Amino acid sequence: MSTLLPLLLLASSLIPGLIIFFLNEEQVRLRITLNMAGAIIKLALVLLMVWGVYHGQSYEARLPLLPGLELALHADALALLFVVLSSVLWLVTTVYAIGYLEDSPNRSRFFGFFSLCVTATVGVALSDNLITFLLFYELLTLSTYPLIIHRGTEVARKAAKVYLFYTLVGGALLLLATVWLYTVAGTLSFTPKGFLAGIDPQHHNVLVAIFVLLIAGFGVKAAIIPLHGWLPKAMVAAAPVSALLHAVAVVKAGAFGIVRVIHEVYGVAFASSLGLLMPLALLAAATIIYGSIRALYQDDLKRRLAYSTISQVSYIILGSAIAGPVAAIGGIVHLVHQGLMKITLFFCAGNLAETLGIHKISEMNGVGRRMPWTMAAFTLAALGMIGVPPLAGFISKWYLGVGALEADQGWVIWILMGSSVLNAAYFLPILHAAWFKPPSPVWPAERHFGNKETAWALLLPPLITALFSLATGLFANTEFSPLQWAIFISALEFKP
Amino acid sequence: MLGLSAAIATAIASVALYLQLLDNGPLRYAVGGWGAPLGIELYADGLSVLMLLMSALVGLGVSLYALRYFKHDAQPAGFWPLWLMMWTGLNALFLASDIFNLYVTLELIGLSAVALVALAGNRHALSGAMRYLLVSLLASLCYLLGVVLLYHAFGTVDIQLLGMAMKASPASYAALGLMVGGLLLKSALFPFHFWLPPAHASAPTPVSALLSALVVKASFYLLLRLWFDVFPAANVDFGWLLGTLGALAILWGSVQALRQSRLKMLIAYSTVAQLGYLFIPFALLSPQAWQGGIYFVLSHALAKAAMFMAAGNILKFSGHDRITDLDRIAQRLPITMTAFCLAGVSLMGLPPSGGFIAKWLMLDAALTHQQWMWALVMIVGGLLAAAYVFKVVGYAFTKADVQDNKPAESIPALMEWAPLALAVTAILLGLNANYPMALLSIGNPLAGVSP
Amino acid sequence: MSQEILYALAGVGLFVLGLHGLIVYAHLLRKILALNIMGSGVFLVLIALGRRSAVADPVPDAMVITGIVVTVSATALALVLLLRLKEMTGHTDLEQNDRHHEQ
Repeated sequence: MSTLLPLLLLASSLIPGLIIFFLNEEQVRLRITLNMAGAIIKLALVLLMVWGVYHGQSYEARLPLLPGLELALHADALALLFVVLSSVLWLVTTVYAIGYLEDSPNRSRFFGFFSLCVTATVGVALSDNLITFLLFYELLTLSTYPLIIHRGTEVARKAAKVYLFYTLVGGALLLLATVWLYTVAGTLSFTPKGFLAGIDPQHHNVLVAIFVLLIAGFGVKAAIIPLHGWLPKAMVAAAPVSALLHAVAVVKAGAFGIVRVIHEVYGVAFASSLGLLMPLALLAAATIIYGSIRALYQDDLKRRLAYSTISQVSYIILGSAIAGPVAAIGGIVHLVHQGLMKITLFFCAGNLAETLGIHKISEMNGVGRRMPWTMAAFTLAALGMIGVPPLAGFISKWYLGVGALEADQGWVIWILMGSSVLNAAYFLPILHAAWFKPPSPVWPAERHFGNKETAWALLLPPLITALFSLATGLFANTEFSPLQWAIFISALEFKP
Repeated sequence: MLGLSAAIATAIASVALYLQLLDNGPLRYAVGGWGAPLGIELYADGLSVLMLLMSALVGLGVSLYALRYFKHDAQPAGFWPLWLMMWTGLNALFLASDIFNLYVTLELIGLSAVALVALAGNRHALSGAMRYLLVSLLASLCYLLGVVLLYHAFGTVDIQLLGMAMKASPASYAALGLMVGGLLLKSALFPFHFWLPPAHASAPTPVSALLSALVVKASFYLLLRLWFDVFPAANVDFGWLLGTLGALAILWGSVQALRQSRLKMLIAYSTVAQLGYLFIPFALLSPQAWQGGIYFVLSHALAKAAMFMAAGNILKFSGHDRITDLDRIAQRLPITMTAFCLAGVSLMGLPPSGGFIAKWLMLDAALTHQQWMWALVMIVGGLLAAAYVFKVVGYAFTKADVQDNKPAESIPALMEWAPLALAVTAILLGLNANYPMALLSIGNPLAGVSP
Repeated sequence: MSQEILYALAGVGLFVLGLHGLIVYAHLLRKILALNIMGSGVFLVLIALGRRSAVADPVPDAMVITGIVVTVSATALALVLLLRLKEMTGHTDLEQNDRHHEQ
């Protein structure tokens, strides 16, 4: 069972996905059943795995690749954090996507690739060495491309081309770095505290170069500047895609990769001694500020959220780059919190687009009265992003701030405060307009759903994720909160 | 049907030989009891059997495809005898143990290949075939002259004996130059690649698949044998030259592929580019690079055959293969497009696939000895391959302006599944390379490399 | 022995002449003939240099015979292709063919 479970986890989305490819467009019921069944089974398996690990079980699966190299999956604490996040969010997004894409063409193709994406994300999470990570990372690129180009328009094709260019170049850099690292270190397995500290000092220059390549490769997906160019363009995809992938799977995979590199390839102490972490922290800080500033100028709602994502994902990187246990907690827990909050925001944006034809913020006046529940979820998530207690975002920022002080990096506090101010600056006007401004007499493209504000499938997911963002903040000190988990992970890395 | 049974029988025989090799190590067999030097001896080691199995796999796939492809055309009469003759030549080449016999097999392969190209009957095919024939004959004659010189200098044509007797001398240099030159012509290494795109692109689809996948590999195999078994003692190191030409091939071929407006020409130029990868290990210092090279031969054979067959489906379905108009067709042939995409994954060297393993091994070899240029070329090559693969794939998703509702000729299932099977195999090759590696090491064929 | 060297050189000379012809002449028939001359050159070299000892060596003879057979088949194929090409396009060289194709 201990080998089987990781593989089953992958299979739970891979097999439905492959079957869905062969379904006709009209086989709606079967497709929905497969999708939901896959998502539910995956969540169940994940919870089983968490329970098992909590009780001391170890789950791993290995496949030899070449003499000396193997594909390895292993459920450690960090992996589980990401896997749980992905599975929960996949479930809600599946519900949302089914509602969103009702009656649109090529749904079988969409859901097939959708399932492949999740398989790849789970694989990324569970990877136990850099080459397995690389494999699933590239798989993620390949399976997200069809989703971006799905609508088939010229705009979609161009956006997908840009996406491909960025991610494939990133992937090429990663490949180069991985092979190089293998020739220098002889192993690629993720080890707590890293496995490079013992390398002969004459190779240190090489290790610095490899680090740069690795960060660049992962940084493309994590949208660090100046590698972020693909993200706003990719917003042309349908809302479920933007939500899950660009708020959760793809960007988080990049950030996750950086966290793994810092903590389990180089080790924080070693990376710090090579002088690698300070430049990274500065870059992350620059991204945070840049993303927020660009967000201010966007009128298109999804684009504003995209730039917000660019900014927020760098919190995670900043957390690890500050090289302190508390900061690391902040960064790692933000992986979860940001995912929950951002996906809520994207779900709501999708609702506004689908129900009322709203794509721009300037069209959002008074929408709070027409779609109160959607905007309530949006409000909660937005306040969380700004960092209002007791929402989840506050917790992450608090730990980042305290961690920065503890690591003598006081300048980070300014960045955090500045970013919160900017977040407020680009979120509060939206909330004000939605709730307090009078609505325009006619919405751009209204659809009616009886006397509900919108379809259940579109309404429930954002409500659920918004509640989660509230809960993870409110109950952060209970035993199973993401925060406690992050504290546990950080302790593993930093305890002597 | 007879042709297919012959194909299956050949495939089974190859597997049987493989199993025997595992038990007994390298095998040597004198045909009809006549030993060298007048008789013909056959020699099988890990590398030969790997090549045989590759031909068997690809050959089987293409045979199944061809069964359906030629059903409606007037060409079938010529295909099967010629293809089986070519296969015979290929197998004989992989098992040959003296360089004159290799000349004969080279000619056999070359002549049947030319005739196969000409089967298509149209002017492009005929002129492509003619050019191919002239080049092929020129190349073989150069090779033969080299054989002659070697025989004169050392009194034998047996590969093993030659290897032992070899020493540096004007005769061996001349022979080396002639033979390598001829084989490079046949392997279409830049700048000797000019004959390949017209021939491969205008041939009937199963023929294109076989040519790109197998025939060009045959001359490459020969080069390897010469490099490792015959010429090491002559102490000439021009590996860097071959590697440089290989790098140029990768870059030039990929760029040309991007400029094509017809699918089959794009795939043919892709072959030119991918063949460049095969020559990079000559310039790398690590023996591990050769494992990568051979793995590349394997994965490319499978992936390229799959790709050509997919292109053939598209061509048959719609009557043309213009890339920009693919969207009206590609969406109606999902299995074909999947085969194409999977084959593309291997060509790009993305995991998981045989192409990735090959690339990994070669990159590892390059970086271990700090040979940056080669590593960089391979990385850039991968990105360029991605560019031309996705150029095609992108059109599989876009919305056509005019929905082409003309009832197109439907493609029989076998013709869609054969490329898919080969493409999937290329992917699977990426998932446990230990077995092929182990096979490769039987008989230590790659041991003669000079560091 | 000098006689053999003479023949060998003649063979090489034929080879080079043939190569020149192959490259320079555009007419396909001439190319085919050039290839034949190259082939004859190689065989000449083979016979001339093949003698290694006082006893006549059968191996080069065997090789030459095989070679001749191969060359004959190759030439036959080439001529058939040439005829089909002429029938189909009216041209007897590849360059004109290409130009026509590009129009």
